Amino acid sequence: MDPTELERFERTFLPHMRAAYNLARWLTRSDQDAEDAVQEAYLRAVRFFGGFRGGDGRAWLLTIVRNACYTGRQPGRLQESTIPFDEEIHDVEDEALGPEDLLLQKASRRALVQALEDLPVEFREALVLRELEGLSYKEMAEVTQLPIGTVMSRLARARKRLRRCLPEQMEGGPA
Amino acid sequence: MSCRENAARLLEAYVDGQLDLVTSLEMERHLSECEECSEAMKSRRALRSALGGASLYFEEPKHLEGRVRAELRKAAGPSKTARPSRWRWLAAAATLPSMAILAGALMVMSRTPSDSDRLNEEIVSSHVRSLMADHLTDVPSSDQHTVKPWFNGRLDFSPEVRDLAGDGYPLVGGRLDYLSRRSVAALVYRRRQHSINVFVWPEQNGRTVAPGETSVRGYNLVRWSRSGASYSAVSDLNLAELREFVRDLQR
Repeated sequence: MDPTELERFERTFLPHMRAAYNLARWLTRSDQDAEDAVQEAYLRAVRFFGGFRGGDGRAWLLTIVRNACYTGRQPGRLQESTIPFDEEIHDVEDEALGPEDLLLQKASRRALVQALEDLPVEFREALVLRELEGLSYKEMAEVTQLPIGTVMSRLARARKRLRRCLPEQMEGGPA
Repeated sequence: MSCRENAARLLEAYVDGQLDLVTSLEMERHLSECEECSEAMKSRRALRSALGGASLYFEEPKHLEGRVRAELRKAAGPSKTARPSRWRWLAAAATLPSMAILAGALMVMSRTPSDSDRLNEEIVSSHVRSLMADHLTDVPSSDQHTVKPWFNGRLDFSPEVRDLAGDGYPLVGGRLDYLSRRSVAALVYRRRQHSINVFVWPEQNGRTVAPGETSVRGYNLVRWSRSGASYSAVSDLNLAELREFVRDLQR
């Protein structure tokens, strides 16, 4: 790759390193693994740069970061847990959640991090992409390579689980 | 709209601002009538604000960019084309035993994009995305009195909205967008077949955007601030007309 092309690649993608690291850190739950995954992702991205059609580099890069996290050097380290196949079916019926909502407002950062890290990885991923990266459903579908309906139901289930398990975290230690 | 069938799933999309305008209005009407759904929405809003309020973002370590740059250069390998001379001594330095020195040198020499470069880049990307994804407006309307109220409840500030049809820049509509980790208003105008996106967000920590003009990947960008709000107009329109548009908007 000639230097000008490499510089173009860097101009396009290095500004997204912050997002890349954040996603990798949440998926791998380890500083070191996140760094390795980001580095691996950039090396893959530069190889596939020819296939990048311009537009939003962030979603494109995050797709590769995600794949790097799932297929890292330690195979099997991060595996998609098998969510029952019925996830397309709406299990988002909602019981009224009263006291939990009040608790939410008092949740400390530590309790939130712990509750998020305890979620199955695909739920955690959905929440990070949506709440922290602010991706649209369409971008989330692109990054996770899932149909938009699945993206939506995962997000709904992720939020429901988080609402349910957050109070447990908060009882576990001083907030 | 029946709660049992649709509302639960639509509620998520509504809170995420991902519904089209018609469904969104329908949802608003439903929420005003249905206590159950309106409670469910409150609980979702509470979760969102808890997640948004805690700083859950993991910042990348300072050395990571240097490390990645060094790896990228290694992977790119020696090029057949002549390198710019400033890299030549680095090629010699690569033979030094200490890779740490090289990594350090690369970090110092390579240009780090500034915050404003990043913001410009983000703004242009948002503009391009709005055209590509065919998602220019959430609220298509040339009436400023329709567009402005639409942002109520969707943003924590109220952007000034003006139609400039009389000046040859008709308002096309508004849209929610996301820049620098915050929701912003995007106002869409048209000049002939060119779309103009105007991004508006309030000052943050008492700071607004530095005024200026720039060009990124062939798009022109004009930034200014006014009454505590930051503005960025971006378009493939030529700079002269974009300046004129900004002047009219500020009038």
